[in-house]
Amino acid sequence: MTLSPPGALAALGRPVLAALAAVGRVVLYAALALGHLLRPPFYTREFLHSVMQIGWNSLPVVGMTAIFTGGALALQIYAGGSRFNAEAVVPQIVAIGMARELGPVLGGLMVAARVASSIAAEIGTMKVTEQIDALVTLSTNPMKYLVVPRLLAATLTVPALVATGDAIGIMGGWLVGITRLDFNSATYLKNTVEFLEFWDIGSGLVKGAVFGFLVALMGCYHGMNSARGAQGVGAATKAAVVAASVLILGFNYVLTELFFSA
Amino acid sequence: MIELIGVHKAFGRNRVLQGVDLTIPGGQSMVIIGGSGTGKSVLLKCILGLVRHDTGKILLNGQDVTKADRDPFLARFGMLFQGGALFDSLRVWENVAFRLMHGALKRPKTEAREIAIEKLRRVGLAPEVADLYPAELSGGMQKRVGLARAIAASPEIIFFDEPTTGLDPIMAGVINELIREIVTEMGATAMTITHDMTSVRAIADRVAMLHGGLIRWTGTVAEMDTTPDPYVQQFIHGRAEGPIPSVR
Repeated sequence: MTLSPPGALAALGRPVLAALAAVGRVVLYAALALGHLLRPPFYTREFLHSVMQIGWNSLPVVGMTAIFTGGALALQIYAGGSRFNAEAVVPQIVAIGMARELGPVLGGLMVAARVASSIAAEIGTMKVTEQIDALVTLSTNPMKYLVVPRLLAATLTVPALVATGDAIGIMGGWLVGITRLDFNSATYLKNTVEFLEFWDIGSGLVKGAVFGFLVALMGCYHGMNSARGAQGVGAATKAAVVAASVLILGFNYVLTELFFSA
Repeated sequence: MIELIGVHKAFGRNRVLQGVDLTIPGGQSMVIIGGSGTGKSVLLKCILGLVRHDTGKILLNGQDVTKADRDPFLARFGMLFQGGALFDSLRVWENVAFRLMHGALKRPKTEAREIAIEKLRRVGLAPEVADLYPAELSGGMQKRVGLARAIAASPEIIFFDEPTTGLDPIMAGVINELIREIVTEMGATAMTITHDMTSVRAIADRVAMLHGGLIRWTGTVAEMDTTPDPYVQQFIHGRAEGPIPSVR
């Protein structure tokens, strides 16, 4: 089948318009959620529950990711650096790599996989089993009760996870450095501490907060807009994880440009 | 009193409600019957504001529901959902006392729990059930908990969405009896949607039949049995032949 020029333009335009409309809906949803963030009532119990679910329960997976990444990073930097006699920079590059990039990005992606999926599945199931309607009939705004606590918890706890991941990742590099690469333990740690600047860590924490917000936003948005049935909830879960992951990578580039471009 | 005047609602090209006119007098139990997919649940959700109707008016004691302040408006309602719609993450008593633990009707936790246990007792559930989670209950028990939640804040108006769906005949009878007793003792206005004729006879003061997006017929239970309306007769006797197509 061949498309006439107007037909081809229409075929191209439709998905573009649909994508722009979807972006618009997400932005409006985020603005609505942020508006509710500042107005009572506040559901403290839901917030604390979300802190445990999103923050504390993600610690093992973020920690495991960080320690292996830090170790592999040390090996790679050592191998690469040895090509021009720069093996000594392993501590510094592991530290800066973990704090600025790998800590927040990998931490964010792991949280996206774990948390965006669980939020979307939970809220999606609540929607298809009429629990969201039940909330409304009980004079409770689902945006305030379900969305705001999760957004706030993710925005506050992901930076803490990133900080912990940074420390564990650097420790992974140190462990590999002293056991496999013949670094002196004290020198490795001294070089790490002396090299790192506040903004190396601070920028990663800001990224963590943005990524946390995006993860919870995608989980809530796709859960709330889940279609009916198990297939609808499954599709919402998948869409939440994919959207959160892509947004994390995209925003990571934008924030890196913003923070570090000359 | 709830009045619906010319209420229309469409989802895309599917015109579900096409000018519904219905009056539910205060303190009466109205049951809406009709086949699956005729818009009974949509009608109920339009009254509650869960679904926005396209045109027409819905009045509660003469006041337009779309212009009412949402929280005080919803505080006058209790609703039993078809599947119970209990919150999985909360214990049974927290589900029942939900309205009493948040918002304008908030009470101290111990008082809310006491009221919840009292309401559970009212629907025939032992206090030990209070600390279980909904997933630990049978379908019939979940319906009872949903009923306890619907009446927890002593609402003026109670909606029941397919209250006996999925229950065995004995449990369905128990739920019907409970609904009738509770509506009578609370003096509440009740609106039930169902296609279970045993429920209709047990619960209803008046019956309305929704078909083709319109209220086809209204009357008392006694009138329902004697009306010559072929739609009502086909429906209440469950006949495949008649003006309502059996393949929809």
